[in-house]
Amino acid sequence: MVTIEQRQRHATRRPDPDVDLPVIAPSQTLVTVTEQVSSIPLYRAAPGLWWVMFGVGLTLLSIFAVAVTYLLSKGVGIWGINIPNAWGFAITNFVWWIGIGHAGTLISAFLLLLNQSWRNAINRLAEAMTIFAVMCAGLFPLLHLGRSWIFYWILPYPNTMTVQPNFRSPLVWDVFAVSTYFTVSLLFWYLGMIPDLATLRDQSRNRFSYAFYGILSMGWRGASRHWKFHQKASLLLAGLATPLVLSVHTVVSFDFTVAILPGWHSTIFPPYFVAGAIFSGFAMVLVLAIPIRSVYGLHNVLTERHLNNCAKLTLATGWIVAYTYAIEPFTAWYSGNQFEMFVVHNRATGPYAWAYWSVLFCNVAVPQLLWSRKVRLNPKALFTVSIFILIGMWLERYMIIISSLHRDYVPSSWANFIATIWDNATLYGSMGLFITLFALFVRFFPVIPIYEVKELLPYSHPERGAAR
Amino acid sequence: MTREIWGIAAEFADPESLVDAAVNARDAGYRHVEAYTPYPIKQLEAAIPDRRALPPIVFIGGLLGFLTAWAMEFYIAVIDYPINVGGRPLNSWPSFIVIMFELTVLFASVFAFVGTLALSGFPRPNHPMFNLSRFSQVSNNRFFLCIEASDPIFDAKETADFLADMDPVEVMEVDED
Repeated sequence: MVTIEQRQRHATRRPDPDVDLPVIAPSQTLVTVTEQVSSIPLYRAAPGLWWVMFGVGLTLLSIFAVAVTYLLSKGVGIWGINIPNAWGFAITNFVWWIGIGHAGTLISAFLLLLNQSWRNAINRLAEAMTIFAVMCAGLFPLLHLGRSWIFYWILPYPNTMTVQPNFRSPLVWDVFAVSTYFTVSLLFWYLGMIPDLATLRDQSRNRFSYAFYGILSMGWRGASRHWKFHQKASLLLAGLATPLVLSVHTVVSFDFTVAILPGWHSTIFPPYFVAGAIFSGFAMVLVLAIPIRSVYGLHNVLTERHLNNCAKLTLATGWIVAYTYAIEPFTAWYSGNQFEMFVVHNRATGPYAWAYWSVLFCNVAVPQLLWSRKVRLNPKALFTVSIFILIGMWLERYMIIISSLHRDYVPSSWANFIATIWDNATLYGSMGLFITLFALFVRFFPVIPIYEVKELLPYSHPERGAAR
Repeated sequence: MTREIWGIAAEFADPESLVDAAVNARDAGYRHVEAYTPYPIKQLEAAIPDRRALPPIVFIGGLLGFLTAWAMEFYIAVIDYPINVGGRPLNSWPSFIVIMFELTVLFASVFAFVGTLALSGFPRPNHPMFNLSRFSQVSNNRFFLCIEASDPIFDAKETADFLADMDPVEVMEVDED
């Protein structure tokens, strides 16, 4: 007998138009996958656009080197920060970069646990993005310290000064959260890459690359026991990384919420920050994946399905962010607290109103284009929307930090923040570090996970032999 | 001088034949068997059992991380460097939870990584299987099964015949270094 629920479920299920988008293009074989991916680092000449990417990265990286050298010699006074705007660009950049890093672990860990096979082609790229973004992020608190060379004073270690960090401070939690996140992401990324490095070793055509990939692959032979432990470790690391990724931006948001400033002291911050992080992270994945698939002709493994799914996740997380934008003024009004209400009013009409309205435009208005399937399947449009989101998410952090700081409880200490050329140089310079590292990764490492794409091939799964 | 044989390997062109061969080898009583594949094949875990397990190692790592964080925070905040914050208790354990969580994850992950390398015997740049010239195709599209000479019922002639019956592309001897 058919129950009413079953009948209803049957009646309301409309065919999903995206089912026909394949995760991998047809007529791929084990050999074509190996050749396509291993040719990029091994014997294909770097395309002209790669040199453009690398050149832009190196140029910005040189600017970063100059900016950091000048900073270390003169001190943080070269930036626009001063009381009350003590945080300025450095913390904005930190929160922005570490947020971008979140999508990588989310794709590789969360979607692995949920058995989403489309993640297989895109996870390596996203994990690399995570690692480089966290590297950029980690630099900013260190630079912001002023005396960056004694950064290790924040760590608990026996010292002749007989002082120790205060474990009740979120800033100390942050040190542990970010360094744990970086380490775990790096281990996950490297472990996943070992079988592919072995493929590169076996495909290499000269002694140098044979030795290079041979050392990195540590003697991987593809034995069934290797695979067993490798797969188990990937699953366990995914299980560990999933709560970790949620914890990292939560801890970052504690840096704000534990302060008593109006606009910061709010319980909505942890989910607000995590959703924003994933939102910007998916935007960055799209910004990186779209050019790479066209420059290297990877349309057969990075298919429209990937773009479509990433765009949908961007839209979904974008709505969580939009929801928190709506809740913030409501909470301020409902609290009846005049300082909270002043912050909301000042954000929308004060000296940083341009940032507030730009945030709403970039993070709420523009992403609505992703409702359209045409936009989701159009790489150029998707790329443009993603750039808007990245700008919007940077401005969001800027708005949160500056709009709360520049008008605190005592009007006599009010002051506006004006970014200097060195603020901008470190921001754009850190992008140079990111772009350079990513370009080198694309050039020398398997940018698509070879064995995981092979697993997607219909040929790969033996039908027989299992039960006996 | 006689050649030392490390094992006898058979090359297969497709995963089905390899899984069949591995199951047959297990049923024939061979125990020191290993299969080499370009990607993980679930069925081989049953055909080539290995009782060593990674999860207990990871659990111990996580436990160790938790205890390390707890002991460190308690010792520093209560004994070594007590800071009076508004008269609140020195052992303010709720604020210690974040670092306990982080170190639990950190230690468990490092144990998972190092445990995987240790159980797989890495790093090991050289191995008798690499003596086969066609072995470099394993990471591309080939499937190998090797019965090692250390197996109690290994016999150079019989094992080679046994593997030849499995419809392999080729059966070859693996030299010891």
